[in-house]
Amino acid sequence: MAIYILRKLAFFLGALFIASVAIFLLIRGAGGNVAAVVLGKGATPEAINALAHTYGLDRPMAVQYFDWIGNMLSGDLGRSFRTNESVADLVTARLSVSIPLAFSGLVLGLLIAIPVGTYAARNVGTPSGALLALVSQIGVAVPVFWAGILLSLLFGVRLGWLPTGGWTDWSVSPWGAIRSLVLPVLSLGLIMAAVLIRYVRSAVLDVMNQDYLRTARAVGMTRTEALLKVGLRNAALPLVTIVGLQIAELIGGTVIIETVFSLPGLSRMMLANVAAREVIVVQSTVMLIVVFVISINLIVDLLYGLLDPRVRATR
Amino acid sequence: MSQENAIEVRNLVVHNTALTAVRGLDFTLPAGARMGLVGESGSGKTLTALALMGLLPMGWQANGSVRHDGVDLITQSDRALSSRRGRTISMVFQDPLSSLDPVRHIGQQVSSVIRRHTQASKKEAERRTVDLFRQMSLPRPEQLMRAYPHEISGGQRQRIMIAMALACYPQLIIADEPTTALDVTVQKQVLRRLNTAVQERGSALIMITHDLPIIAAMCDTVAVMYAGKIVEMGPVAEVFRNPRHHYTKGLLDSQPTMDNIALDGSSRLASIPGMVPPLHSLPAGCAFHPRCAAATEQCMSEVPTLDDGPRRAACWHPIGATVPMEVA
Repeated sequence: MAIYILRKLAFFLGALFIASVAIFLLIRGAGGNVAAVVLGKGATPEAINALAHTYGLDRPMAVQYFDWIGNMLSGDLGRSFRTNESVADLVTARLSVSIPLAFSGLVLGLLIAIPVGTYAARNVGTPSGALLALVSQIGVAVPVFWAGILLSLLFGVRLGWLPTGGWTDWSVSPWGAIRSLVLPVLSLGLIMAAVLIRYVRSAVLDVMNQDYLRTARAVGMTRTEALLKVGLRNAALPLVTIVGLQIAELIGGTVIIETVFSLPGLSRMMLANVAAREVIVVQSTVMLIVVFVISINLIVDLLYGLLDPRVRATR
Repeated sequence: MSQENAIEVRNLVVHNTALTAVRGLDFTLPAGARMGLVGESGSGKTLTALALMGLLPMGWQANGSVRHDGVDLITQSDRALSSRRGRTISMVFQDPLSSLDPVRHIGQQVSSVIRRHTQASKKEAERRTVDLFRQMSLPRPEQLMRAYPHEISGGQRQRIMIAMALACYPQLIIADEPTTALDVTVQKQVLRRLNTAVQERGSALIMITHDLPIIAAMCDTVAVMYAGKIVEMGPVAEVFRNPRHHYTKGLLDSQPTMDNIALDGSSRLASIPGMVPPLHSLPAGCAFHPRCAAATEQCMSEVPTLDDGPRRAACWHPIGATVPMEVA
């Protein structure tokens, strides 16, 4: 197990390094002269050079890269070129929206997908099983923004139960914050569930045909008991991997949902900063998201080793 | 039913929407008796076993009656059956690696069976599991408790499966080709453990295999299946010495012995001509007639049934019968 963890950690650090170089080169490389981009059209060469010097942009790329990484490691994510705000502060403020949104969306998706997918697998070949498969298929085809708009129309406009969009901050009213999150979480969760149901269904179907499930029944478990006690634990193995992969999907989903419901989340902040050509803000925020996604994948790998003794032994 | 019988099977039919794989089986196994069930792949042996256990794969259904421990297993609900499985009737499967839960400790898998069916505490169940492992001659039984199935050998895994099936002293054990997935070198060892354990408990045994010497060594009676029916049954020694059905004789003749194996390639090992007919297009009359040298007009149209007596066979022209008058 120790070797397994060490290998995964080495892979984790390697992936982070490659990702950071890629982000740095893509953003700097694509933007041309950063100072010129920041000042926009009509700026004099003198002004551009002055700004470039102020931010250290006239130094060699390698020096700038290591400077950036060094600062990131010490917790300094840089400052906005325009407003001089700290990126760390900008991000933290947005996380109180984005983290509850993404996390609750994922949890809701799983809470729906695991029982429904298991039910669909148990009832494969029956009308109810086929209906569930069809509904989840439709769910997969529905774009996240459309689901959001429909929910917003129904619960916000028609019934007037919940706000159609906008944000009440936690500090103003925790209840208001929760109310602003209900519809976004619901849209995100339903779409996640539609995708996950299919994976749960096929994982459970696969497990149902395994000999060890028959053995569990042969020594006294009922069909349902064997599925819940022996089957789900084994079905969890492929699902953990899928959930890890869905995290990236989830972040993509939050970009859309935050826009549809006008939530001041991290994704929307990033979009705004891309438009405003805030190079360092975008660069550091993207890196943060990458760190998050790769960390989740590391956790998934470690969890996999914990759940499956065969992985510990062989890899 | 009389309590002396471990199982009474009457007109057992196993089918799905398209096929009938087991076509009317009748046999009775007295308590403690050991019966071999032989036949080629596809003859319905495994589906018969699964039907007795109430573990048929999805889509398959059993009809007829299976009396065991005072009830008809066919009519029982999954819940009612589950309280018997592993306690009064249990099964050893073919492939021990795929049949054990890969993510749970072996000790837990076996001791949970004991806890389920008895009042034993966790500690007591674990102690009895270690005892079982010891009875199965498994090395270092205490350490084995915390091992995973992939960490031990195939022979050890199958002995674990046997320990699991025997944990609660069942009246009947069904072993479905328990050594097919094992190395030849450990087959004998595993069978010996199974044999001893079954005898110590006084359990009845149904041994499914196509390995005839195993049947000869372990069973009192044998039933030969062909295309979903029993074509011959009787005491093992008599059936093997003087088979009455031509299929049984064919099976016996195709067993390798030191006499009929020639290493220079000029093998004298006999084989039954033709193939087992697919279930969806069984021939009329006796299902074996296209492959039978003794087949006549009658065999092509009329279905033979098992005749009476201790040496039953379903054949219009059984081997060793007196030649019909009109021909003589």
